[in-house]
Amino acid sequence: MNPSRIALLVAGLLAGTAAAADIKIGIAEALTGGAAQYGVAIRNGFQLAADEINAKGGVNGNKVVLVIEDEQGKKEEGITVFKKLIFQDKVLMIFGPTLSNSMFAAGPVANAAKTVAFGTSNTANGITDIGPYIFRNSVMESDVLPVTVASAVKHYGIKKVAVMYGNDDAFTKSGYDVFKKVLEDQKIPVTTTETYVKGDVDFKAQLTKIKAGSPDAIVCSCLAEEAANIIVQARGLGLKAPFIGGNGFNSPKMFEVSKLAGEGTFVGSPWANTNPTPVNQHFVAAYKQKYSSDPNQFSAQGYDALYIAADALKSVKLSGNIEADRQALRDALPKVSINGATGPFKFRAAAGKDGKPAGFDADQKPFIYIIQGGKFTLFSGK
Amino acid sequence: MLEQQLVNALTLGSVYALFALGFTLVFGVLAVINLSHGAVFMVGSYAAALVVTRFEAPLWVGLLAAMAISGLIGLAIDVVILKRLRARKAPHLIPMIATIGVTIVITSAAQGLFGVEVQRFPEEMLPAGDFTVGDVHVRALELGIIAVSFLLMAVLFFALRRTQLGRALRAIAESPKAASLLGINVEGLFHLTSFTAAALGGVAGALISLNFNAITPFMGQPMLHKGIAVIILGGMGDIRGALIGGLFLGFAEVMSKAYISSQMGDAVAFGLLFLVLLVRPSGLFGRVLERKA
Repeated sequence: MNPSRIALLVAGLLAGTAAAADIKIGIAEALTGGAAQYGVAIRNGFQLAADEINAKGGVNGNKVVLVIEDEQGKKEEGITVFKKLIFQDKVLMIFGPTLSNSMFAAGPVANAAKTVAFGTSNTANGITDIGPYIFRNSVMESDVLPVTVASAVKHYGIKKVAVMYGNDDAFTKSGYDVFKKVLEDQKIPVTTTETYVKGDVDFKAQLTKIKAGSPDAIVCSCLAEEAANIIVQARGLGLKAPFIGGNGFNSPKMFEVSKLAGEGTFVGSPWANTNPTPVNQHFVAAYKQKYSSDPNQFSAQGYDALYIAADALKSVKLSGNIEADRQALRDALPKVSINGATGPFKFRAAAGKDGKPAGFDADQKPFIYIIQGGKFTLFSGK
Repeated sequence: MLEQQLVNALTLGSVYALFALGFTLVFGVLAVINLSHGAVFMVGSYAAALVVTRFEAPLWVGLLAAMAISGLIGLAIDVVILKRLRARKAPHLIPMIATIGVTIVITSAAQGLFGVEVQRFPEEMLPAGDFTVGDVHVRALELGIIAVSFLLMAVLFFALRRTQLGRALRAIAESPKAASLLGINVEGLFHLTSFTAAALGGVAGALISLNFNAITPFMGQPMLHKGIAVIILGGMGDIRGALIGGLFLGFAEVMSKAYISSQMGDAVAFGLLFLVLLVRPSGLFGRVLERKA
């Protein structure tokens, strides 16, 4: 074979790879285990977004390929999966893991490897303090809860509340810490603070105690599964005070146990099913068509997250050198500003601890809901 | 508040006792700590929920289905696994470890079949109605659970003490070899015991998931931990022990949540368990197993 033909061949190969390069993106979510109800919704959001992006010709002509791994909602699995995605699959960036707990464990691995780890469902405080390669589009509880509590207090004329939370989970515990601070800031006395652990199904002992203090409302940092049972058992005990929920209440599961027990509950959410913007209405309809089930906040955030990454990638010229490309994507991400299913989105640099470099949090306004007639209804102020 | 907490404790205690009944029965007769009891319990919940929701069957049919399906799984575990281990005279720990494997298989299968999301009975299928006496609220379902626990315990107790079958089972519990020399069909009774114990576990699962209405593939695990505590406390293999142990654990848990701190519920309950075992190492009703040493 003569040299010119070899050169031609090489050129052809290069051109071929350049034209059809795949953008490999790692998805590490809990697809089995207790957190799978969130992880599966998130993955669905990603797949929907990837299909849409690829159907429109990908990003700058490059196809988005999702490498999906199950981190089972466990810290150890989170680390293993992150290592596999970064060093073996050589993905450009990783979305996930599902739980804040796992991000605290796996995030440092990605940060050390100078690879972006982008959480779509990690709302605990301190996540982005892990390092400059940690991003999230999940709105922190500390941005949502003050608004939720203030709205409920105004609506009901609340004087004192009882608090209930799960104390063995980073998400519900961190939600509790925020609630505690908000209640102190807004000077609302707490009659009693009760806890439970994951897997508990009987909350009557705690609720009986709460009832004895006759609070005007019950502040609850719980996941939807437990929240639904807590509310039903509270009503069974004759406890009629309304609930004020954290992010965990944002699920249609609230109505599965009992359609009407949750009436009057206040919840804050980064996403509103009924938000009439065209992007959101398109997302809701497309999700329903693809999965024949309703999307939730977690799928919406997954969906938006991929569009955020795609937007950043538009301005990145991929060199084929994985380290350089990862760094270029990292540097492009903070500038992204899109209009997604969850509304207008941009990043905000995290303050960081002790002056160490930190990552980026979401800068978004929450929606406040009140549960009425067995549905989340946008709360309009009074 | 105290009256309500007593009622809460009685319901929770009955739930534990109901779960522990089958668990302790298997240990009493087969001398196997069957760690798949939690998984079988979970299968019972799904069986009842499926029959009730898919085929729109009445609730009692759901309970029967839970008993039948769980019972058959228990029987299968005995025939496929435990029987072979017995035939090879495997030491005590082996069947216990094997049942951990069974748990993993059943739990994963349930995950694959039903998904990990919490399944629930439709609200309108649940027996409605609650009773209010003064400040105390009790739901009809909770009364049902208390009644069924006590009823099943009474039936089992009667069967073991007063019937020929019970005598045979007690003979086996004493010594399978001697029982077989006396002409008792030991293998057959092992199968029957495995079936019955699993059926009891299944109906416990169905009743408990009716009460708390949250069915997941993982619901058996926390229950199993409590169940182990209950049968150790009550005395391994003792039917009365399962009831008393269950009630004890329920009361200890609820009372410590109510009067000490909800953070301390399990700590206090298991601390008390430890104290009881210091005084009575073989549990409340257990006999000292000196011959086996």
